[in-house]
Amino acid sequence: MSGHVLLIEDEPNIIEAIGFILSRDGWRVDTHSNGVDAVDVVRAKAPDVVILDVMLPGRSGYDILRDLRNDPVTQTLPILMLTARGQSKDREMAERAGVSRFMTKPFSNAEVLDAVRALKAS
Amino acid sequence: MSDAPEPRRTAPIFVERQSYRRRRLADSARFLPVLGLLLWMLPLLWGLDSDGMSTSDALVYVFAVWLGLVAAALLLIRALGRGGDAPQDDGEPR
Amino acid sequence: MTTLNALAAISVAYVLFLFAVAFVAERAARRGRGGWLSAPIIYTLSLSIYCTAWTFYGAVGSAVRGGLEYLTIYLGPSLVLIGWWWILRKLVRIGRAQRITSVADLISSRYGKSNLLGIGVTILAVVGTTPYIALQLQSVTLSVEVFANPQVSDVADDRLTAFWVAAGLAVFTVIFGTRNLDANERHHGVVMAIAVEAIVKLAALLAVGGFVVWGLSGGVGATLARIDASELGLWEMNGGRWVGLTFLSAAALLCLPRMFQVMVVENDSDAQLRMAAWAFPLYLMLMSLFIVPIAVVGLEVLPKGANPDLFVLTVPLAHGQQGLALLSFLGGFSSATSMVIVAAIALSTMVSNHIVMPIWLRLRAGSASVSGDVRHVVLLSRRLSIAGVLFLGYAYYALSGGGEALSVIGLVAFTGVAQVLPAMLGGLFWRGATRMGALAGLSVGFALWLYTLYLPSFGQGTVLPMALFSEGPFGIGWLRPQALFGIDGLDPLMHAVFWSMTFNSVVFFLVSLISFPSPLERLQGAQFVNVQIGGGSARSWSGGLAQSEDLMVMSQRILGAPEAQALFLREARKQGISGHLPDPTPDFLEILERELSGSVGAATAHAMLGQIVAGQAVSVADLMAVADETAQMMEHSARLEEQRSELTRTARQLREANDKLTRLSAQKDAFLSQISHELRTPMTSIRAFSEILRDAEGLASVDRIKYASIIHDEAIRLTRLLDDLLDLSVLENGQVSLNLREGKLTDTLDRAVAAALADDGGLRLDIFRDPRSEAIWLNTDIDRLSQVFINLISNARKYCDAAVPRLQIRVGEAEGRTVIDFVDNGSGIAPEQQDLIFEKFARVSDQKAGGAGLGLAISRQIMTRLGGNLSYLPGQAGAAFRVTLPEARALAAQ
Repeated sequence: MSGHVLLIEDEPNIIEAIGFILSRDGWRVDTHSNGVDAVDVVRAKAPDVVILDVMLPGRSGYDILRDLRNDPVTQTLPILMLTARGQSKDREMAERAGVSRFMTKPFSNAEVLDAVRALKAS
Repeated sequence: MSDAPEPRRTAPIFVERQSYRRRRLADSARFLPVLGLLLWMLPLLWGLDSDGMSTSDALVYVFAVWLGLVAAALLLIRALGRGGDAPQDDGEPR
Repeated sequence: MTTLNALAAISVAYVLFLFAVAFVAERAARRGRGGWLSAPIIYTLSLSIYCTAWTFYGAVGSAVRGGLEYLTIYLGPSLVLIGWWWILRKLVRIGRAQRITSVADLISSRYGKSNLLGIGVTILAVVGTTPYIALQLQSVTLSVEVFANPQVSDVADDRLTAFWVAAGLAVFTVIFGTRNLDANERHHGVVMAIAVEAIVKLAALLAVGGFVVWGLSGGVGATLARIDASELGLWEMNGGRWVGLTFLSAAALLCLPRMFQVMVVENDSDAQLRMAAWAFPLYLMLMSLFIVPIAVVGLEVLPKGANPDLFVLTVPLAHGQQGLALLSFLGGFSSATSMVIVAAIALSTMVSNHIVMPIWLRLRAGSASVSGDVRHVVLLSRRLSIAGVLFLGYAYYALSGGGEALSVIGLVAFTGVAQVLPAMLGGLFWRGATRMGALAGLSVGFALWLYTLYLPSFGQGTVLPMALFSEGPFGIGWLRPQALFGIDGLDPLMHAVFWSMTFNSVVFFLVSLISFPSPLERLQGAQFVNVQIGGGSARSWSGGLAQSEDLMVMSQRILGAPEAQALFLREARKQGISGHLPDPTPDFLEILERELSGSVGAATAHAMLGQIVAGQAVSVADLMAVADETAQMMEHSARLEEQRSELTRTARQLREANDKLTRLSAQKDAFLSQISHELRTPMTSIRAFSEILRDAEGLASVDRIKYASIIHDEAIRLTRLLDDLLDLSVLENGQVSLNLREGKLTDTLDRAVAAALADDGGLRLDIFRDPRSEAIWLNTDIDRLSQVFINLISNARKYCDAAVPRLQIRVGEAEGRTVIDFVDNGSGIAPEQQDLIFEKFARVSDQKAGGAGLGLAISRQIMTRLGGNLSYLPGQAGAAFRVTLPEARALAAQ
C-alpha cells in the first residue's frame, strides 16, 4: 500500500525517523514543522493521511485539528496525532477535537506504520 | 472638638483619678478665654451709668484681669504639664 | 547734625549686632547645636513682631485720641493665646503635620490644594501688607526727624532715610530669610534676631514708662491721680469699637502673614506654644502698661500740637534724657525692622510658592522632571520677591507722602487680612467647608473691604469720587461705601468690619452648603479637621495611580540608581512584597516625595510626582475610596490602627502567597506535562532509530553512523536533563557540598563569557564590561558562581530580541553588598512574569530555544546556597538580572 503522508512535527530527529520508516514502506512523505500555517499546508497538499504533533511552535495541534474538522473538505481526513505529554486528559482532548487515531511517544515503528496503513484504508 | 472621639474609643466610664483630673484641667483651659472675654467686655456696661468711670479705675481693672488671666493660664499649663508626660498628651493618641 | 550722625552710627552698629546674632544662631543651628534656638522663650519673644512701630509709637497717639481704645489691639491677641487650647493648638499641629509654609498655603492646602485660592490669599496679603510696611518706614523716618531738627523737615531727606532702611532690610532678609529651602521653612537666624529685638523694644518702652511714672510723676498713686485729672480722665468708650477692635485684633493675630510665619511655620513643638500661651499675654500687658501715663505726661509737658505718636521719643528728649530717647529710638527701630523682615519673608514665600513657581513649572512643563537646578530657581524667586515686597512698601511710602493717610492703615490692613478668618476657621473645624465656599467668601469679603474701607482710606475724592460717598454709585443711595443698605452714622471702620465679615461668613457658609467638594478636598478636609488623630501629610498622593516602574525610572535619575533601588526595596519589604517594586500606595508616594524633595526641593518634587501620577487617569471612585479609607482610619485609635496595619500586612502576604500557590499549582500540572514531554521527546528518537538499526537491513553505512549518532546525542540530552533535575533537587534540599576557593571576579566572568559564547554559533551578543570595577577577590564556590554567570549570559543570548543584542555587565554595590547586574537591551520581561521566571520549566515565550527552562531555577538555588541572591531588576533598559554576592566573602582588591 502507498499514498501521500503529511508529517507536521518540529523535532528534526523525529521527522527523520518517521520519514525513513514511511518512505521505506513506499509512502510519499511531505513534512512541515510549523503550527501557524499548518492548516493551509494541509489544504494545499491534500495528503491521504496527516500525522500531527501536539506541541508545535506557534499553534497547538489541537487547534489545528479543530480547524481541519470544521472545514468540509478536510472533515473526514484521517489524522494521526502524536504527543509526548502522555496524560489521559490529553487523549480526551484529542478525541473531543475529532482525532482519527492518537498515539503517545515513544512509539514503535511498526505501530506507526500499521496506524498509517489502517487510516489510509478506512 | 478634640474630645469628640473620646466616647467612641471604647472609653471607660470611670477613668483613673489622674486622667479624670486631667480632663477637667483641659476643660478649664477651654473655659479660661471665655472668662477673659466676659470680664473684658464688662466695661461696655460702665457707660450706661451717668457719672461713668474714671480712667485710672478702668486701667486698674483691665490690667488686674490681665494679670489674673496670665497667672491662671500659667498655673493651668503647669498642672497640665505635670500630667502631660502621661501617654495621652491632652487626650489624643500619638 | 552731630546727633544725626551719632544716630546713624548707632543704628548701623545695632544692625551689625543683629547680623552677628542671626549669623551665630544660624551657624549653631547648622552645626546641630541649635537646641536652645527652639527654646519656648525664644518662640514667645518672636511672637512680639505683633507689636510693630505702629503699636510702639502709635499706641500713645491712639491713647491721646481715643482713650483706652488702644488696649483692644492687645486684648484680642491675649484672648487668642490664653485660649490656645481652642484654635492655636490645632493650627500649629496642622502646620507641622502638613508642612504648611504660609497662610496662603494653609488655605490652598485645606481646600484641595487649590492654587487659585493660594493666589487669592497671596494677593490679599500683599495688598494688605504693603501699606503696613510703608507705615514702618514712615515711623523710622519720623523718629529720625525728631533727633534731626523738629522745625525743618525735608521730604527728600526722609525719602532717602526710608530708602536706605528698606534696602538694608532687604539685604538682611535675603541673607537670613532665604538661606535654606527646607521642607519646614524655619529660619533660626531671623527668629533669634527678632527675639533680641523683642527684648530691646520691651526694655525701651518699660524704661520710658518707668521714667515717666517714677521720674516725672512721683510714683504709681500720683500717676493715677494725674491720669484722672487729665483730659483722658473719664472712661468714654464707644462700645462697638471696643468689641469690634478686640475681635479684629484677635482675627489679625491668626491671619496676618507675619504672625502666621512666626507662630505656625516657625513652630517646633507644643511646648513652645504652652509657654507662649501665658508669656505672650504677659508681654503684651507689659507693652501696654505705661502707654496711658506716657500719653498723659506728654500732653502736659509738651506744647500743644506736638505729634502724640512721637511722645515716646519727645518726652525723654524734652527732659534732656538723650540716652533714654536713644534707647526708645532703638525700640521703635526694632519694632519696625522685625515686622518688615518677617512680613517680607512670609510674603516672599507666598508669592514664590503660589505665583512664581506655578508659572515657572508651567512654562517648563515636561522638562521639569529631569532638571536639577530647581532649588536655585526657588531661592532666586524668593530673593526677588523679598526685594519686590520691600520696594512696593517703599514706593507706597514715597507716593503717599506719609502723613495721616498712613496712620489709619494699620486697622485697615487688619480688616483686610481678617477676611481669611472664615475660610481658615471653617477649614479647621468644619469638614463641610468647600473650595467654592472659601473662594466665594474671600472674594466677597475682599471686594467689600476694598469698597468700604481700603479705597475710602485714601480720603474721599482721591480714589473714589466725593459723589460716591454722598449719593452712592449711579445714585443708588443704599450702596454708599460707608452706609451700606442705608444704615448711616456707623463708625466707618466698624461698618466695614461688620459688613465684610458678615457677608464673607454667610457667603462662605451658604456656598459651602450648596457646592459639592472634590474628593481631594474631602480628603484634606478630613485630615485638617481630625488632625490630632490622623496626622498624615497634606501632600499625600492617592494610591494606585502611578506605575511603580515609572516612578523607579524617575527616582533613579534623581537619587541615583543604588539609592533609589535601596529605597524601593525597603518600602517593598515594609509592604510585605518580596519583589523590588512596592505598590504605589499613598504612604509610599509620600515617602518618595519626601526623599525627592531632599534633592530637588519640595515644590518640584510634588510637581514631578504629579506629572507621573496625574498622567494616569484618576477616577473619582478611586479617590473616594481613599477618602473613605482615611475617614475610617480616623475612627480607630492608634492601637487598633497598629493592629489593622499589621493585619493588612499579613493579609497581603497571605494573599500574595495564595496567588503564588494557585499559580504554582497550575504550574505543577504543567511541570508534569513538561517533564513528560522533555523525557519522551529524546526517548522517541532513540527508540525509533534503534528499531531502525535493528530491523532495517542493508542500511548504508553513512546512514547507520548518522542514526547511531542521533541516538548518542539524544541519550546525552536525556542525561543532561536528568543531571539538571538532580542538581536542582539536591540544591533545593540543601545537600550540596560547596567547593570554596579564592578567585578573582574578572577571571570568573572571563571564563563564563567564553563558555557561554563558545557553543553553537549563529547568535551574536556584544558584551560590555568594566574591568576596573571587577577587580574583586571572591572566596566562594567559583564553579557554581560561574555556572550562574554562564546561564545568565546564554539566556541573554537566546532571548534578547534587539536588532543588535547587547549585554552590559555592571558591578556595583547595594545595601553594603557587591552586586553584579546583567542588563540586556531587549524588550525585558513583563511585570506579571517577573516572579515566575525563576520557577522550574518556566519559559517566557512559546519559542523553543533549547534547554528545558531549568537554568534560572538552578541559578537562583545556587545563589541561595552560596549565601547570595539572584533577582530580577525592574525598571532597566531591557531584561536585567541582579546577582547579589554573599556577604563578607567578597573582599575589595586593596
